[in-house]
Amino acid sequence: MLRFEEIVHRIYLDHNATTPLLPAVIDRMTAILREEFGNPSSVHHFGQQAKAAVDDARSQVAELVGGDPSEVLFTSGGTEGDNIAIRGAAEALEATGRKHLIASAIEHEAVLNTIKALARRGWQTTLLPVDQTGIVSPAALRDALTEKTVLVSVMHANNEIGTIQPVAELAQLAHERGALFHTDAVQSAGKIPLNVKGLGVDMLSLSAHKLYGPKGVGALWIRRGLRVMPLLTGGRQERNRRAGTENVPGIVGMGVAASIAADKMADEGPRLAALRDRLEAGIVRTVPGTAVNGSRDHRVPNTTNISFDRVEAESLLIALDLEGVAVSTGSACSSGTLEPSHVLKAMGFNAHRTQNSIRFSLGASNTEAEIDRVIAVLPTIVEKLRSLTRTPARA
Amino acid sequence: MRIVVAMSGGVDSSVAAALLAEQGHDVIGLSMQLYDQRGGEQTWGSCCTLDDLHDARRVASIIGFPHYIVNFERQFRETVISNFVQEYASGRTPLPCAHCNSDLKFSTLLERARGFGAEHVATGHYARVEHDENGRWLLKRSVDPDKDQSYFLFSLTQDQLARAMFPVGTLAKSEVRSHARRLGLAVAEKPDSQEICFIPDGDYAAFIERKEPAVVRGGAIVDEGGHQLGTHAGIHRFTIGQRKGLGIASTVPLYVLGIDADAGAVMVGPRTALERVRLTASGVNWIGIAAPARRVRVTAQIRHRHKPAPGVVCALPDGRAEMIFDDPQAAITPGQAVVFYDGEAVVGGGWIE
Repeated sequence: MLRFEEIVHRIYLDHNATTPLLPAVIDRMTAILREEFGNPSSVHHFGQQAKAAVDDARSQVAELVGGDPSEVLFTSGGTEGDNIAIRGAAEALEATGRKHLIASAIEHEAVLNTIKALARRGWQTTLLPVDQTGIVSPAALRDALTEKTVLVSVMHANNEIGTIQPVAELAQLAHERGALFHTDAVQSAGKIPLNVKGLGVDMLSLSAHKLYGPKGVGALWIRRGLRVMPLLTGGRQERNRRAGTENVPGIVGMGVAASIAADKMADEGPRLAALRDRLEAGIVRTVPGTAVNGSRDHRVPNTTNISFDRVEAESLLIALDLEGVAVSTGSACSSGTLEPSHVLKAMGFNAHRTQNSIRFSLGASNTEAEIDRVIAVLPTIVEKLRSLTRTPARA
Repeated sequence: MRIVVAMSGGVDSSVAAALLAEQGHDVIGLSMQLYDQRGGEQTWGSCCTLDDLHDARRVASIIGFPHYIVNFERQFRETVISNFVQEYASGRTPLPCAHCNSDLKFSTLLERARGFGAEHVATGHYARVEHDENGRWLLKRSVDPDKDQSYFLFSLTQDQLARAMFPVGTLAKSEVRSHARRLGLAVAEKPDSQEICFIPDGDYAAFIERKEPAVVRGGAIVDEGGHQLGTHAGIHRFTIGQRKGLGIASTVPLYVLGIDADAGAVMVGPRTALERVRLTASGVNWIGIAAPARRVRVTAQIRHRHKPAPGVVCALPDGRAEMIFDDPQAAITPGQAVVFYDGEAVVGGGWIE
C-alpha cells in the first residue's frame, strides 16, 4: 500500500470518460483565446478571422466522419447532439403523424432520457434488446419498425463495453420503412474509422473531449437536406440550426483534435488493442473469478469491461484509485454511486454481475509498463476486498 | 496512519476529517448514500446534487484528501430501516442511530475501510474512546456535556471500539466551529441536524405507512382497567409517555402507558402511572467491565436527553440485564436503549424490553 504522497505516477485508464488535451490542441486554443477573439458573425477583420478558424475546424471534423463541412453543426457536446438529433427530428416530423421512436437498450443516458422525455409527451417508444455479447440484432429492429417510426437511434460503439453495433445494416432497415437513423458516435470517433456514407446514417453525434479535445464542445453531422427543429432559437449561427455565438476556442480545439485523431488512427488503434489485450489477458490469468463482458470481436480497440466475482465494483474502483489507478464502473454520470449498469442488465446479466464490473478504457498516454503495473497490483487488491466482504451483494 | 472518515457533510465530521489530515494522517473521506436521493421515479433535477454530499466533497477538496461516495442503500434498508419499521410495528420505539453506528458505520463501512488499507474509521461523534491499562477499550462521554453522543454508541463491541476514532469528542462544539472557520470550511455555520436523517420531515407515521402498509391497523385506546376510551389509527403512531394526539377528552392529562401490539391496543393513564423503578434490557453490550454477576452501582440513561439516574444493574442470562433505579423513572420505553455509566465512562448498555 502506498502512502498518498508516494503516488508519483497515476495511471489513467478512463479514456471513455474523458481524455487529456493534446498539446497541439492546447496551443491552437491558446492562440484563439489570446489573440483571435473575434465574433464569427462580425463583418470586420476580427470577425472574419474567427469565422475562418471555425470553418477550418468544420472541415477537419467533416473529414473525420467523411462528410461535407456544410453538414457539420457544432454543439456543446455529445448530449446536445443527441438531443438535437432526436428531439429536432421528432418535432420536425411530428406533423407527418410519425410518432414512434426506437433506440437500443444500451444507449447513453443522453439518448435514453431524451427518448423517455418524449415518451412522456406522447411519443411511442421502443427499446431494442441486445444479445449477451452486447450487440443489437437487426432482426429485433425489423420487428420493432412500423410505418409510424420516425427515427431510430443506435449508438456506434457502446461506452461501457465498447461493442460496435451493426449500424450500416440497422440504418438500411430503418430507411426501408421510411424512418430516419441517428447514431451516437461519441465512443467510436477517433478510435475506429468513421464514414457517414458507408454507415448510411442521417445524423451522427460527436464529442470533442473523448478524442483529446476540450470539454463543452461537440458536433452533430446532419445529412444535407435533412431539416431538424432547433433546440435553441435566437441568432442565425450554424445555418440557423443552433443560435448563440459560437464557442470558437472549443470548436477550434475540436478541429485540431479531429484532424490528429484521423491521422493517428491507423497506428494508434492496433497499439491500443495490443495493450488492451495484454491487460485483459493479464487480469483474467492472475485474478480468479473474472470474466470479460461483451463481444471481444466487435468492439473498439481501447475498451475492456471485466467482472470480478464477489467484489463490489465501487470498492474496487476506490481501492484502485488509492493505488493511483483510475478506472470506472460504467458511465461517469452514475459513478458517484453504485447503480447497476443498464448495459450489463440489458445483456441479461444478474444483479451481482451488473454491480461488480469495471471498465478499463485505454488511451494515448498508456504504456506497456503501466499495464503491467495494473496487472501486478490487481490480484492483491481483489483478494483483500474478497477476504473482508462479510456481506456480498446478492445474486 | 490511513484513516477512513465517515463524512455526512456536517461540521462535526468535516472537522474530524480535517483535524486528522492536519495531523498528517492519510485521510479518505467516505460519504454513505443511504437512501434514494432522487425522489421517486423522477430521474432529472437532483442526480448527485444532494447538498450534504456536495458539502463533504468541498471539504475534502479544500483540505486535500480523496473523497468517495459509497452506496449503502441496500445495507441501510436491510439493517436500519427494516428494524425501524418492525420496531414500531411491534409497539416499540426504535433508536435507528444506534443501529446505524454498530451495524453500518462500524461494520459495513469499517469492512470497506479495511479493504482500502485503513484500519480505523473516524466519525464526527461527540464521544471518546480510550484504552485502559487492562487492555480494555473504553467509551466515554464527550468533553462537551451538551453534545455527548455516547448513548448512541453503546452497542460498539471491543473490536469495533478498537478501530473507532472520534476526533471531536475532546472538543466543545464552539471549538469545532472555530476550527471549521480557521480552515475555511463552508460548513462552519451549518446548523446541526435534528431529525432522523431518512425522515427529514419528521413524520414517522407517514414514513412507516409508506414502507409497510400492512402494519397500519386501527385499534382501541383503553385505560388501565381495560375499558375502551376511544380508537386510534395504528399503534405505530404512539410511543410511551406520549400525550398529544390521543384524541380523548379527560379531566386529567392522559399519557400512553403501554402498547399491546398483538391486541392492537394503546393503554393510557395519568402521569404517575408512567413511573417504574425496574427495567430489563436485551442484547446487552458490556464495555467498561465484563458482564457483572452481582449488582453494580451505575447511573443509567433511558433516552438521549434523559438525566442519568442512579441505581444498580446486574447481568442476566442470554445477554440480558436488569436495572433497578433508586427512584422511579417516567416513560421507560421499549425499543430505546438503556446505557449504564460510571461517571464519564460507559459501563454497558442494552435494548429496553
